[in-house]
Amino acid sequence: MKGVQNNMGNYYQPEIETASREEILRIQNEKIVKQVKHVYENVEYYRNLMDQKGVKPEDIKTVDDIKKLPFLTKADLRDAYPYGLLGTDLKNCVRIQSTSGTTGKRVVAFYTQADVDLWEECCARAIVAAGGTNEDVVQVAYGYGLFTGGPGLNGGSHKVGCLTLPMSSGNTERQIQFIQDLSATILCCTPSYAAFIGETMAEKGIKPEENTLKAGIFGAEPWTEEMRQSIQKSLGIKAYDIYGLTETSGPGVSFECEEQTGMHINEDHFYAEIIDPETGEVLPEGTMGELVFTALDKEAFPLLRYRTRDLCILTRKKCSCGRTHVKMCKPMGRSDDMLIIRGVNVFPSQVETVLLNEGYTPNYQILVDRKNNTDTMDINVELTPEQFSDRVGDVEAMEKALEGAMRTMLGIGPKIHLLPPKSVVRSEGKAVRVIDNRKLH
Amino acid sequence: MAVKQLSVFIENKKGQMAEAVKKIADSKINIRAMSVADSRDFGILRLIVTDTEKAKELLSEDTLVKVSDVVAVKMEDIEGSLYGILKVLEDASVNVEYSYSFTAGKTPAPYVVFRVDDVAAAEKLLTDKGFCLISESEI
Repeated sequence: MKGVQNNMGNYYQPEIETASREEILRIQNEKIVKQVKHVYENVEYYRNLMDQKGVKPEDIKTVDDIKKLPFLTKADLRDAYPYGLLGTDLKNCVRIQSTSGTTGKRVVAFYTQADVDLWEECCARAIVAAGGTNEDVVQVAYGYGLFTGGPGLNGGSHKVGCLTLPMSSGNTERQIQFIQDLSATILCCTPSYAAFIGETMAEKGIKPEENTLKAGIFGAEPWTEEMRQSIQKSLGIKAYDIYGLTETSGPGVSFECEEQTGMHINEDHFYAEIIDPETGEVLPEGTMGELVFTALDKEAFPLLRYRTRDLCILTRKKCSCGRTHVKMCKPMGRSDDMLIIRGVNVFPSQVETVLLNEGYTPNYQILVDRKNNTDTMDINVELTPEQFSDRVGDVEAMEKALEGAMRTMLGIGPKIHLLPPKSVVRSEGKAVRVIDNRKLH
Repeated sequence: MAVKQLSVFIENKKGQMAEAVKKIADSKINIRAMSVADSRDFGILRLIVTDTEKAKELLSEDTLVKVSDVVAVKMEDIEGSLYGILKVLEDASVNVEYSYSFTAGKTPAPYVVFRVDDVAAAEKLLTDKGFCLISESEI
């Protein structure tokens, strides 16, 4: 049956999701004092950062004092890999999840059972906000495994009591078959995969009103309002955005309600700040800056003031859904050079590392585009005259080998184009490393 | 004895080949033989020209150029003459990587160019069998 609407007042944890500002602050203040003490006592890496800054746990009395704490960045996570930011004994941990990407930039996050529960509850809130109840059939077409997408929504779906289809991503024929045969009502995957499923259904002559889906929860990569409209039309659903990162737990750090005007941050677990990426200064509500998260009650991987590099705006404007938690807009860009391609985080420096390892010059250009709602990644690489062979097969074999090396390092396979020297476009003598033709923001 | 061949990397873009050939034409270098090998993404233009060094210098300003030795054999215009040459190479296990033919001057007889894995062996074999090889100075 189609058209089950998300009535106002659908909450997974109504008390906390609609708590007054004072109540939320009270909870946050109570948690932060405990959390800073926990981190200072258990995480030597962060204790050293606090000592260097001359901040003691006693200095943190309310969330307003968070601004006194030092930041954590991806570089810290790399330095402390794998156990340096662990907040509890390994024997208390039950799970790890990890970012896609490479050895150099890989993030390994640890979870106690309480951390898993907290994370899954956040996802459950997102599912209920999208109209989910225990009568729903949730098809999770995010990747399962180290990637947080599948496990997060899977856990959230269990918490709500939905019938959960742990599909993982790929095998679109089977996805469509399950949607049809098992009457899936909520689809969870990346927006580009949702668009692809919609297109494939259209090719098969399945009309949007003929499927049982009513809602979709889509995240892990940037997408536009236009893409939302197109997915909503092609699948006949309401499409909800969800945000999160492995460093903070995974999807569910924030999620959209039926107003679809931004994502409510689960403020009882994650304290959000917007800072000036240059100076680190905290910016007032409504100003665009870099999003920073403090985990208020995570035990195993309790990151304080983690810089996400996502550029964003926070707003406390009253929301018609009744939720009182602060809303963040879709990330509007990055304050570093990270690209998100097909949901995978890619840094140009990784591409450069592969090229140097494989004996190429670091003269390259990454071209990213979105064709038929799927990201494409092409890398132009300059060949030296010494590397050039007069045999077509040799050059093709070099391209193939380099594509393989890139896939191993990046987690996604780009198309390599070997080119003559000086063919990579340079501007003012400096090569332009990335041309991103996707319209994401 | 071997003939110098230029291999020129051609990007799969409109006008790339014309651009390379124009450079040669503008500097009064004559192209005696050519062939193009192409893949989905790029092509390799193979040329035998009257001034290999100069052509290489000019073309290297824009793209990748490689000079390799190839064997150019005069062919009689009769049935089975190509097979006769290939048989000699095959019997001696000289591997032909690619080949193309051209005619030069007023003689109607074509030349066939072979890129082989062992240029010296191919030259000796073919000369011993009485084939007429063209030399760099005759280009």
